[in-house]
Amino acid sequence: MQPGLLQLLGLVMGRDLRLALRHWDQVIQPLIFFVIITTLFPLAISPALDELRRIAPGVVWVAAMLAALLALESLFRPDVEDGTMEQWTLSGQPLSVMLLAKTVTHWLLAGLPIVVMAPLVGTALGMPSSTWLVLAGSLALGTASLSVLGAIGAALTVAVRRGSVLLALLVLPLEMPVLIFGARAVDLAMQGEPVAAPLNLLGALLLLFISLGPFAMAAAMRISVET
Amino acid sequence: MSETPDPNRARLEVRSLHLWRGDRHLLRGVSLTVEAGELLQIMGPNGVGKTSLLRCIAGLLPMETGEVEWRGQSIQRSRETYCQQLAYLAHFNALKADLTAIENLRYGVGLRRQVSTEQLRGILERMQLAACTELPVRALSAGQKRRLAIARILLTDALLWVLDEPITNLDAAGIALFEGCMAEHVARGGLILTAAHQQLLQGRPNVRTLELN
Repeated sequence: MQPGLLQLLGLVMGRDLRLALRHWDQVIQPLIFFVIITTLFPLAISPALDELRRIAPGVVWVAAMLAALLALESLFRPDVEDGTMEQWTLSGQPLSVMLLAKTVTHWLLAGLPIVVMAPLVGTALGMPSSTWLVLAGSLALGTASLSVLGAIGAALTVAVRRGSVLLALLVLPLEMPVLIFGARAVDLAMQGEPVAAPLNLLGALLLLFISLGPFAMAAAMRISVET
Repeated sequence: MSETPDPNRARLEVRSLHLWRGDRHLLRGVSLTVEAGELLQIMGPNGVGKTSLLRCIAGLLPMETGEVEWRGQSIQRSRETYCQQLAYLAHFNALKADLTAIENLRYGVGLRRQVSTEQLRGILERMQLAACTELPVRALSAGQKRRLAIARILLTDALLWVLDEPITNLDAAGIALFEGCMAEHVARGGLILTAAHQQLLQGRPNVRTLELN
């Protein structure tokens, strides 16, 4: 009896969460990176809150984006190197669903902690508490998009030895719309203006990526495994 | 011979398969068939293309020309049903070092069919890995890891086994155990295609050897 799609999702996510639990020191690296980058700005620019407040949305968003990129390299590589991915492509189950499950888990481990931590970091950069919700919301939509886009790039470059630079070159230009709308939403919120437009666009981007992304991932992964 | 081939009969047929790796013409028109209840052993020196041939047959490597047919249908066209009846053992064991033996089996087999904990424990017992059930795989020896990978093949319940150097790292007892499993599979009407440097199941009637050179 073959497991259904939901069971398949649960199985892959359960496996990845269990693996993450066994080496959590690697899992929290993106979060630490995010906090370090954002705390460096007051030291390098100026501790004056007025000045920091102006650049805060951009700083938080760029840091979140780079932190998301940091964790991508190890998204598929271990499974490809130890032969697990080969077994998955031969399992007779849809590879797109399995890779989507891996991507969702990746977001839970690398994206969600940043979303939770962002208001704290924002406050340190002088952002008023009224913007917390928009900041966390835009990051939640945005980092999820970044995870899906990044997973496509990771699947494409996984067969390339030391492909992390290639991965960044490939993925960063595609991530620009997410960065622009995300930072814009937070900026508008700080000026007290309506933020619906950029947030809606972020949501639309996420829906687009999540509906088409898994098929792109699966196609890219099949090419990467066939070497 | 005028008998019409039964389309439901399990049969793997490879016809004039050619493969280039870079500018090397590695496989030059390999043809083979494996019938139900047969074991075909591919032998040949290192680097002759045994692994590439098996990967082509498993559908992991696109071939230049040629045809691989399962039950009379090209495997490209009936990929999903083919995969469901195929168990492939590669050089890599596809095990996670951080997961325990039983977790590795559960996740490895669970993608393809539902298995109970009793089944998992039973197969670990059979492969003489019962003592390692709750140990992380990183603590296992190379031979024990291979036994665990073989346990996955056994649990998959596939009709066609494609095994690449299955007895690597196995000790004499392990080889005997595995030969017993293979004999059982063949007796049940299963098909086995394997690449090995050593004759397996020597002297049995339904075991054939193909030399690659």
